[in-house]
Amino acid sequence: MRKVQILDHVILLLGVFFMVTPVALAFMTSTHDAITIYKEGIQFLPGDKFLENYETVLFRAGGFTKEVDGFVMLMNSMILGFGFAIGKIIISMIAAYAIVYFRFPMATFCFWIIFATLLLPLEVRILPSYEIVQSLGLVNTYTGLIVPLIASATGTFFFRQFFMSVPDELLEAARIDGAGPWKFFKDILVPLSQTMIAAIFIIMFVYGWNQYLWPTLITTEESLFTLVRGIKQIMQVWVGAQIPALNEAMALAILAIVPPVLIVVIFQSWFVKGLVESDK
Amino acid sequence: MLLLPQLVIVTVFFLWPAAEAVQSSFYLEDPFGFGATFVGFDNFVDTVTSTDYGRVARFTAVFTFFVTFLSLGIALLLAVKADKVLRGGSSYKTLLMWVYAVAPPVAGLIGVMLFDQHVGPIVEFFALFGWQMQIGVDYFDTSFAMTVTAVWKQVPVNFIFFLSGLQGISKSVQEAASIDCRSSFRRFWTVTFPLLAPTGFFLLIINITYAFFDTFGIVDIIVKQEPGNNPVTLVYKVFLDGFRGNDLGGSSAQSVILMVLVFILTVVQFRLIERRVHYT
Repeated sequence: MRKVQILDHVILLLGVFFMVTPVALAFMTSTHDAITIYKEGIQFLPGDKFLENYETVLFRAGGFTKEVDGFVMLMNSMILGFGFAIGKIIISMIAAYAIVYFRFPMATFCFWIIFATLLLPLEVRILPSYEIVQSLGLVNTYTGLIVPLIASATGTFFFRQFFMSVPDELLEAARIDGAGPWKFFKDILVPLSQTMIAAIFIIMFVYGWNQYLWPTLITTEESLFTLVRGIKQIMQVWVGAQIPALNEAMALAILAIVPPVLIVVIFQSWFVKGLVESDK
Repeated sequence: MLLLPQLVIVTVFFLWPAAEAVQSSFYLEDPFGFGATFVGFDNFVDTVTSTDYGRVARFTAVFTFFVTFLSLGIALLLAVKADKVLRGGSSYKTLLMWVYAVAPPVAGLIGVMLFDQHVGPIVEFFALFGWQMQIGVDYFDTSFAMTVTAVWKQVPVNFIFFLSGLQGISKSVQEAASIDCRSSFRRFWTVTFPLLAPTGFFLLIINITYAFFDTFGIVDIIVKQEPGNNPVTLVYKVFLDGFRGNDLGGSSAQSVILMVLVFILTVVQFRLIERRVHYT
C-alpha cells in the first residue's frame, strides 16, 4: 500500500513538473539581462534584473512597438476581458430569460438561429467577418473588438439550462405577490443565479483575455493592442534582433499569464463548476 | 423584444459572414475587388485537388490525432492518481489545472523559447542523444514542438473533466468493486474506465475541436509568420490564403469545408450527449 502511494505521488509530481516548468523557466529568464541569456541559454535560477526588466516592459514606450507600452496593453486586455465577460453575461441572460419564460411566435425559430452559431467558430468565418466589421467602420475600435465575440450561444445555453431548473412554483408565487416580469427577473432570477454568473464570468474573462486571432485582425493601431495580441510583435522583434531581448519578451509573456491564472486559481471552485457545466 | 440584442449580433456577425463565405466560395474574385465571376464548384475542386491542401490536411489529421490522444492519456492518468492520493490531492489539482488560463500564443512563445536553437534547454537535452533539432527549418522538428506545446496547453481541461467525472462515481460502486476484485489495475479497466467513457467521448470531440481551431495561436507563433515549408493546420491555411494570398474564393471554399466538418462534429457530440443520459 505504502509503495503504491509513493508511486502515485511520483507520477503526480512528474505531471506537475511538466505543467509548471515551462512557465517557471519563462519567469526565471525574465529576471536576467539579455546578454547573459544569449551567452548562457535559458536561466534556471532567479536573476537580479527583475524590477528593471518589468519596469522597462511596463512603462518604456517603444520597448517593442515604438508607440505603446506594456501598461497600455495590460489595460486593453482588461477592457477586452471584462467587456467581453460582462457583455456576454447580460446579453445571454436576457435572451435566455426570453426563451424560457415567454411564449411568442417564432420562439423556436429564434432559438435555432442562436443555436446555429455554435456551428460556426470564429476561425471558420474569419475573412467574411472581417469584411463586415470593416464595412461597418468598426476596425480599430473597442466595439469592433468585443461585440462580434459576444454573439456565440454558449452563455445563452448555460443560462437557459439553469432557468429551466428553477421551479415553476417560484414564478407562480411571484405572480401572486404581484411581481411583474421585470421584478421577477431582477429580484428572483438574478439573485438565484449568482454562483452561475460568477462561474461563467471567470470562464468568459479568461476566454476574452486569451483571444488572439480576432484582435490580430481588428486592431492594427498599436494603442489598442492587447497583451496576447502584442506577442506577435514580440516575435517580430525577436526574429530581427541581433541579441534577442528574450528577457523582456518573457516578462511580457508572464504579464499576459498572471491575471487570468490568478483569477482561475483564486476562484477555483467556481471556475471548475463553470467549466464542467457550461461545456455540457 | 428581449431577444433582440442577441439576434441582431448573431445575424450581423454570424449568419451574414457565413452566408457571405458560402456565396464567395462559388465565385472567383479579383484580388483588388473589381468584380467576381461565378465559377460553380471550381474553387472546391481546386482546393481539394491541390497538393498543398492535401499536405496540410494530412498534417492536421496527424496533429489532431497525437494532440487528442496524448493530452487525453496524460490527463486521465493524472486524474486517476489525483483522485486516489490521500494527502495533497487539492494542491496537485490546483498545480495541474492553472495552465488552462495561459493563452495559446503565449504557450507558443514559451514553446519557441524552450525549443530555441541557441538557448533552448529542450534542444540541448535532445542534442545529448544526437538529435539536432531545428525548429522552423525542419518539418518534423517543428511539428514535434507544436504537438508538445498543444498537448501542454490542453492537459488541464481534460484533467478537470476527468477528475470531476471520477469524483462523480459513487463510493458504493467503488467499494463493491474493490471487494470483488483485488487488482486495482483490473478494477480500473473493468469498472472505472467504462463509467468514465461518456466523459471520454465528450472530451474526444472537445479535443478534436481544440486541435483544429484553438491551436491557431500556437501554430502562428511557432511558424513565425513564415509558413513556407513548415507544417500548418487547415484553419491556419484559411487565414493565410484569405489574408496573405488574397485568394478569397479558395479561402471561402476552405471555410465552407470546415463548417461542414464542425457541423458533423456537433451532430456527433449531441448524439453522444443523448446516449450519455442513458448511461447515468
